Formats: sequence, C-alpha cells, structure tokens
Amino acid sequence: MMRRNPLILRVIVMMPIMVMLVVPLVADLDVKNVKVSIVDNDRSQLSKQIISDISSSDFFIVSSISDNHSQGIEETEKGNADVLMTIPPNYERNLTNGFSQIDIQANGVNATKGMLGARYVSEAVVNTLKQWHKSAGIMMPDNSLNVIYRFNPTLNYKNYMIPALVVILFIIICGFLPALSLVSEKETGTIEAMNVSPVSKFAFVLSKLVPYWVVAIVVITVGMIIGWLVYGLEPAGSIPIIYFAAILFSLVMSGLGIVIANKSSTMLQSIFVMFAFIIIFQLMGGLFTPIQSMPEWAQIITYAIPPRYFIEIMRSVYLKGTYLSELWLQFSALGGFALLLLILSALTYKKQS
Amino acid sequence: MMETPDKVISVKDLTKKFGDFAAVDHISFDVFKGEIFGFLGANGAGKTTAMRMLCGLSIPTSGTGYVAGCDIIKQSELIKRRIGYMSQKFSLYSSLTVNENIILFSTIYGMTKAEIKDASAKLYRELDMENMRDTLVKDIPVGWKQKLAFAVSTIHNPEIVFLDEPTGGVDPVTRRKFWELIYQASSRGMTIFVTTHYLDEAEYCNRISIMVDGKIKALGSPEELKKEYDGSSMDEVFRKVAETAVRDD
Repeated sequence: MMRRNPLILRVIVMMPIMVMLVVPLVADLDVKNVKVSIVDNDRSQLSKQIISDISSSDFFIVSSISDNHSQGIEETEKGNADVLMTIPPNYERNLTNGFSQIDIQANGVNATKGMLGARYVSEAVVNTLKQWHKSAGIMMPDNSLNVIYRFNPTLNYKNYMIPALVVILFIIICGFLPALSLVSEKETGTIEAMNVSPVSKFAFVLSKLVPYWVVAIVVITVGMIIGWLVYGLEPAGSIPIIYFAAILFSLVMSGLGIVIANKSSTMLQSIFVMFAFIIIFQLMGGLFTPIQSMPEWAQIITYAIPPRYFIEIMRSVYLKGTYLSELWLQFSALGGFALLLLILSALTYKKQS
Repeated sequence: MMETPDKVISVKDLTKKFGDFAAVDHISFDVFKGEIFGFLGANGAGKTTAMRMLCGLSIPTSGTGYVAGCDIIKQSELIKRRIGYMSQKFSLYSSLTVNENIILFSTIYGMTKAEIKDASAKLYRELDMENMRDTLVKDIPVGWKQKLAFAVSTIHNPEIVFLDEPTGGVDPVTRRKFWELIYQASSRGMTIFVTTHYLDEAEYCNRISIMVDGKIKALGSPEELKKEYDGSSMDEVFRKVAETAVRDD
C-alpha cells in the first residue's frame, strides 16, 4: 500500500533529508559574527591591543570604535551592535596600579546572540589581558574583568542537535503515517471488510505496525548517513544499539498513532490529537531544552514521555559511546511503552459497535 | 440450536437502539438455504443496521439471532468465517492490484496457497478479468470493481453472502449483469441476503421483506406481496407499504 502512494514514499525519504540538512543550520545556537561596538576612553597601548585582538577574531565584527559612550549606545539601539564594550578612561594606568574594570553590555533584543556574544567578548579580553600581564611580568589581578565562565566554547551545538532531530522524524513519520492509514481505511470503508472477516484484532494491529519497523530503519539509516556525510558525525557507540532503540521507539510511536486512529473517525480528528501529542513530546522530551533545567514537577512528567528515553539513548550512544548495559533503564522504559501501546491499540480497536 | 437445518438465518425480536431511538425494532424472520432474500426499505428504515447485526459488526440491544448456525451475540467471530460481506463502498483496497486484493482477502479467510490459486483462476475465468490482473483497483471501472468485490466476498465459498446495496450508482446493464452473478452463486447453493432500493431488483429475489421505521411491514415472495397489496409491480407494493412511514431519513 505504502509503495503505491508516492506522497508517502516521498515523505519517508525526503523528510529526513530536509530536516537533517536544514534544521541544524537554522536551529544553530552557536554564535558567530557578533557585532561589537567599542567605546575606547583610554586610548592606551593596552586598549589598542584589546581592540585589535577582537577585530582579528572570526567571531566578531567591530561595528564602530568611538570615544563617546552615547554614540556607542546609539549604535546598539540602531541594531548595529550586539555587544557594547566600554573601556574606561585611564584603564591601563589604573590596572597597572591596582584596579579597573571594562564594561561589557549585551543587546537584549536578540537575547541569545547578545548574551553569548558578551561572554565571547569577555573571554577575548581576558586572553589579551593575560598576555599583556605576562609580557609586563605582573600577576593578573583577580578583579580585572567581570567574567562569568559558563559557556563551553568547544560544545558544538550540531553534534547535540542531530541525534535529537532523528527523534523528531520518528515522532512525525512513525506516529502520523499509521494513524492516517488506519483512519483512511475507516473513510474508504475497507476497514469494514476487515471487521467482517475473521482476522484477529492483534493480527490487524500488527499488520499496521510492522511496516513501520522498515520505515524506522530507513529513516534512521538516512539520518545517520547524512549526519556522517554532511556533518562528519559518527556514532561513538555501537550502531546496532541505535537500530534496536529505533525499532522500539517506532513501535511506541506507531502504537500511539493506532490508538488515536481507533478513537477518531476522521483524518482531521486524528491529526489534531496527534499534534497535541507531538507538541508535548517535542517541548518536554528534552529535545530543545534540557530536562534538568525544567521545574521539578515538569521533570517528573517527562518520565511519562517516551521520546525522552529515545533522545537520551541517541545522544549518549552518539556522543558518549555508551554501552547497552548502561542504558537498560531507557531501553526497558521504551520497551514498556511499546508493549503498553501495543496492547492498548489492540484493545481500542473495535470490530463491533 | 436451529429448528430446521434449512434455516440459515433465524432472527427473533432483534432490536438495536441508539439511545432512545430504535433503529431496528423487534424484527423476526427466517432465511432458508439457497434463497435470494431481498431486504427492502427506504433510507433510514434500518436495513443496514439490521444487516450489520447479522454480520457480527454491531451488537444487538436485545433479541436473538442465528446465522449459519452461530449465535450472533456470542459467536460473532465464528460467523465471520462462514459469511461473505460486500458493502456499498465495495471495500477493496484501491491502491492494491486486483490480484493483490484477491490474495489478501483469501489469505485472511485462511485459504491455502493451492486453494487460492484454484479460486483465483476460476474467478478470472468467470469474470473474464485475466487482463486486469495487475491493474490497480482504483483504475478499473466501477462495474468491474463491483464484480470483483462480489467475487472477493465469496472467494472462500461462504454459506451466506451479505450484499449491502451492491448496485448503488451503477447503470441498468451492469446491474443486470451483476444479478446474473448473484443467480450463479445462488444456483451453487449459496444463500444471498441483499439490501437494495431498486424495486426492479426486488423482482429477482425469491422472497423479500420490506422494512418501515425499523419494523418489518411485509414479508413474502414478490407474487404473494403483489397479491396481498393488490399492486401490479413491486414499485406499487413498496409505495403502499412505505406510505405509513413516519421517519423520513
């Protein structure tokens, strides 16, 4: 049936490719090309050194250099600067004699860029200061700069995103397609033919689920190939674990799809209900926001969200190379959900009214 | 279980209520082996609901019924092995080929590979459809689809075949041909239970019942009914019986 419907075939093959290629570029949280506006009230050797270090970096574009704070503010307001750095008057002299601070302000309109940009700028300044101190033969004073070291510049956002994107694909493809196929049988009346036949409920439900194992394998393979070819990302752990998790998870999602389809009588109905689940899954599965930073009650809820486990498996196998024995909790949770939904989908399928 | 072996369908006081509304209201009738039993009624009279109960698709609110020797309430899955069912929508998988549909349905009815081979060869020969074997069902004309649906619903040689308005939306010539298929099946000893609202088709049946407002108002052979209601055609009979109807849709 599936291979006769060219649209579905296209969805299965094209969607992983599109999602894998486009989303990591768009949903990239790494910040580059931070526009820095510099107000230099010092005009010393040191301030010149700081400015030249910043402008030579790939991360920054120096949008203006002035000696007037209000001009710097104006640049920021116009949107020409993400970060405003103010070097106070007599900075070099005060620093040599004891204490002085550079002021770094972030443009909050683009909050992510501003915040990360400000951190990058402070890091760059710290590096320059270290070198300056070394060459001057002085120990670096503690309070020379107000820096918060929280961002890890080596963390590549894509590596974190790609395994998770495969999860989105699964949610959509393995969840939606079986639901739609079942509801369309209701709409065209072929389900009636099944209901008057002696086919058992369980066999019927399985016939709807099993094709999605194949689909799951296709999707995960395409996902891994793109991850490897385009982003140079290879799973650190073993590939069979990934396939095993993928099949379990596809069973969970398509089981959910069937339960929803059993309960709805039109396509529209089932799509709406699926969407509700998909939104919750995406937001609460730990895909975009780490589960650890959710409020405690929300963290408890995430235990009931199957993608959470698949995301954890994918990330730890891909990035850390975790072994099966360390993931038994995630696997048994997924297996439990799969079994539960399988039973539910057979129970909710009514041959009689 | 059954009083005489000849009765393949035996129904007593069968009722189906949706809330307060009695779609089927205490109907009782028998159908004998090899009969073509016509089930007539206006739209909304409860024909389809009654038929769905007989096929085990719908659980009756009250009353009893036996189909092919099985209780329609307790043994609905058993009934499904012994009957064939063809709905208005033909119930074929339109994105599968003719042959794939045949294989799918015959496998569901537990036929062996050899049986399927024989049955499908016979089917192609009788329907003259050999050249459509690998055509997708959605691409074949309605008339052919209808024949195929009938052939598929009787492929496992059921004792009874239920046809729910099988000739809806089809031209008179095709309908005539379709009835020839029904006669062939009946001559092989199959019982045919058919709902329709084409009254000329009613004339082809051995016996007919006319449902009005969930109740069976008339039952007998076309000749008997014409005599009873003093009509020259079934059309006239139907009008006389149905004019008492209160429900219109």
